[in-house]
Amino acid sequence: MISKNFFIALKSLAKGGKLYYLWLLILVSLIINGALNYAHQFDRGLIVTAMRDPVSWGFYISNFTFLVGVAAAAVLLVIPAYLYHFKPIKEIVLFGEILAISAIVMCLLFVTADMGRPLLGWHILPLIGKMNFPSSLLAWDVLVLNGYLFLNLTAVLYILHRLSQGKEYKMAFLFPVVLISIPWAISIHTVTAFLYNGLSSRPFWNASILAPRFIASALCSGPALMLLIFQLIRKVSTIQISDTAIFKIAELIAYAMAVNLFLFAAEVFKEFYSHSIHLAPMEYMYFGLHGHHNLVFWLRLAFFCNVGAFFLFLIPKTRQSYLTLNIACVMVITGVYIEKGMGLIIPGFIPSVLGEIYEYSPSLVEKFVGLGIWACGAMVFTLFVKFAIPIYSGSLLPPEVHEKLHPPKEHPGRRSDDLYEKAH
Amino acid sequence: MKIKIAVQFLVLITSLFLMSLAVGAADAPKKTAPINKEGIPKFFVPSPPFTEGIYPCSNCHAGLDVNTKPRVLKDEHTNIVFKHAEKQRWCLDCHNASDRDVLHLTDGRLIPFTESYALCGQCHGEIYRDWKVGLHGKRTGMWNGEKMYRLCVNCHNPHDPKFKELKPEPAPLRPSENGQIQSSTINHE
Amino acid sequence: MPSNNDELKNLKSGDGELSRRGFLKGAAIGISSIAVPFGTADASIWDEFFQKHFKEMSQDELQSTIARLEKDYKADYGVDIKVGTEKPIPNTLFGYGLDLSRCIGCRRCVYACVKENNQSRHDPQIQWISVLRFKKGEKWVSDLEESEIYYNPDEVPEEGYFYMPVSCQQCENSPCAKVCPTKATWKEPDGIVVVDYNWCIGCRYCMASCPYGARHFNWAKPNIPKEEINPDTHYLGNRPRIKGCVEKCTFCIQRTRKGKYPACVEICPVGARKFGNLLDKDSEIRYCIDKKRVFRLKEDLNTRPKFYYFFSL
Repeated sequence: MISKNFFIALKSLAKGGKLYYLWLLILVSLIINGALNYAHQFDRGLIVTAMRDPVSWGFYISNFTFLVGVAAAAVLLVIPAYLYHFKPIKEIVLFGEILAISAIVMCLLFVTADMGRPLLGWHILPLIGKMNFPSSLLAWDVLVLNGYLFLNLTAVLYILHRLSQGKEYKMAFLFPVVLISIPWAISIHTVTAFLYNGLSSRPFWNASILAPRFIASALCSGPALMLLIFQLIRKVSTIQISDTAIFKIAELIAYAMAVNLFLFAAEVFKEFYSHSIHLAPMEYMYFGLHGHHNLVFWLRLAFFCNVGAFFLFLIPKTRQSYLTLNIACVMVITGVYIEKGMGLIIPGFIPSVLGEIYEYSPSLVEKFVGLGIWACGAMVFTLFVKFAIPIYSGSLLPPEVHEKLHPPKEHPGRRSDDLYEKAH
Repeated sequence: MKIKIAVQFLVLITSLFLMSLAVGAADAPKKTAPINKEGIPKFFVPSPPFTEGIYPCSNCHAGLDVNTKPRVLKDEHTNIVFKHAEKQRWCLDCHNASDRDVLHLTDGRLIPFTESYALCGQCHGEIYRDWKVGLHGKRTGMWNGEKMYRLCVNCHNPHDPKFKELKPEPAPLRPSENGQIQSSTINHE
Repeated sequence: MPSNNDELKNLKSGDGELSRRGFLKGAAIGISSIAVPFGTADASIWDEFFQKHFKEMSQDELQSTIARLEKDYKADYGVDIKVGTEKPIPNTLFGYGLDLSRCIGCRRCVYACVKENNQSRHDPQIQWISVLRFKKGEKWVSDLEESEIYYNPDEVPEEGYFYMPVSCQQCENSPCAKVCPTKATWKEPDGIVVVDYNWCIGCRYCMASCPYGARHFNWAKPNIPKEEINPDTHYLGNRPRIKGCVEKCTFCIQRTRKGKYPACVEICPVGARKFGNLLDKDSEIRYCIDKKRVFRLKEDLNTRPKFYYFFSL
């Protein structure tokens, strides 16, 4: 049943230019380095990290949280692509889904790296373990993350399977998958937000605005990351990704960032105006608390990045210039990475529930393991895309089938623009 | 073997001493009505904390004249620093003048040193109540059975009852000092 | 601070353990620490891996688990450690009282607890009781932000300060049990919140959820001097823990289920610590609640602790 093109595409993973091999080499060495450091951590225990009882989650969980957002953001592309048949985005949604898959893989790795006894991970599984469902939000997270991984894998593999046989995919099959995956994408980030949100012990997290802000910021960082990757794919492959699609996504980021900034302002107002004792974490974040201000620089930087990027995305002129667009993308990714990573997790623990301030900053082992996991994600993404490109572009198909599926494009840019106008 | 004999000897001496205490205690209150024993706990750690060799007091006091005039003692008991409502009281407000081996309550009833709580309870009524039920003071033994009580004087020096300052046990390690292993690298492999 | 020698020793003892168990049959396993012991001759490691949840073990399974644990402890510490499984006493709900008027912050309780409950002495140092110091007249009780844990004067109590020891409050609505993804921590019928150390996966969600900083993590294999091991233990209490699991105060379950007072109650030089059965109206703790003004820490969170602070003066 599996088309032989699948195997041809698989074989093509080993073939590539010098840059491709160099990239893989870098990734492999980062992964090996991460694995060695993880082995050290596994052997000695998490004492090799900088986490301690007062700040019991750190770099790993921060990255996990950020990446859940990236994974969830695939939905932003899925909605217009499948539901409104907005063609320019539809063409590239596959890569969004592959990014989501890679992000979920990283999420799972980060959680595993954070576990004290990862070998007992089976305890959390339903049926064979003793999953505390529905009481524990972490149990929910296990379900929704794995479910999301499964959904995206199904969609991607199905599309590739059909395309490799030279057929269009059937909406009758794909539509239900897509329909489920949209609320599911929202749910993975909502559940992750609830995971923190539900803890009354941590006033900083115990704010209803947390989940909406999670979604809003995820809809900024995820697509921004995709914009960068799409430009790269466009350069190194024959895949056509139209400017229209890219600018449309950039515009959507501007709206998402507007919501994110508004929610942020609401949070800042409530905390600083009411000035209750629960202000302490925010004070620590933006001004420092009792002489401790490790995070102040980073969170101010995040604020600057988010606001700056908002304007760059909002103004059509800067949005449609690749220089400013890419600067804006980097700013958004930086801003949200800080804000939904360390800037979210650490202040939850500062001051600690007993009033202690422990200024956490990740140890070298944590950084190396983290880097290794990011390299794993990049590896999954690279190989997956490398595998998908020849199938997707139809270059493996007989020319006549290829022609039928991909009519020659004389002016790809204009063509997309036409469609864009039709879609509106 | 020698140790065993020594221990047995010690036990013998101690029990003789305790018996003499008990005999003294049984003798003393005969003179007046017994105190109200309602709610008084049953089990105590052994004996009030006498300075070694000081009890029975009659060993010295038996032959001495009784001087009931309040005064600062110059020749004996000079090691006692009296800081317990000292402006209102002196020794014979609690110690019994005619029989130094017992104490006396304000109404004149005599009580042995082993029941001194009744004396303390005259002024510290609320604490006395709390103590009887187990809320004031240290308790050991069984929470659902025999509880070991301490006399007031086991913890508070009756002449200077305020608790003395203690050297605290060491502070916990700060998180940044707790587990230096993190600074080592993976060079052990 | 541990010297490199200590670390080396730890490593060596670790290696010894492996070879003793016939861990490395083939030299092919590169990173020994990561490799699950496939093909090992000793079933003990597999038994450990597949050990069931405490509440789901049959009597036979429980007995063989206890036997295995005791054997492992003997190998590890050279001491005969007895692992008990005493059940809750019927009609008992444990409650604790702490007299803030009396506490002088001497930390005797902290170290009595460490010793009784076989807590790791260093790397990491684990202490189930944290004694907080507050300045008189300053804000204190709600978020405890002004607390000082590391006070270290020559003598206590200090002029102008008061002290508040905090340990597990044994909440009736325990956030830790609510959030644990594997049900590795739960509230027993006598009200004690316990952890099955062998079931805990070390995700530390409970630590994030606990408003009292009562849960502690074994960041490394605990370090307990052999000569200081308390061999009288309970499965859900003070038996030596494993690297990577969470632990907490259990009201000295190994003592209190036999009728004894917790170690902290017995050590307290000022008698500030009270313990008893909340269902027994004649108990010290009930008298305390009836006669004194009591409060519970962070009552706004509705965790309903069974740990009552009170002021006798």
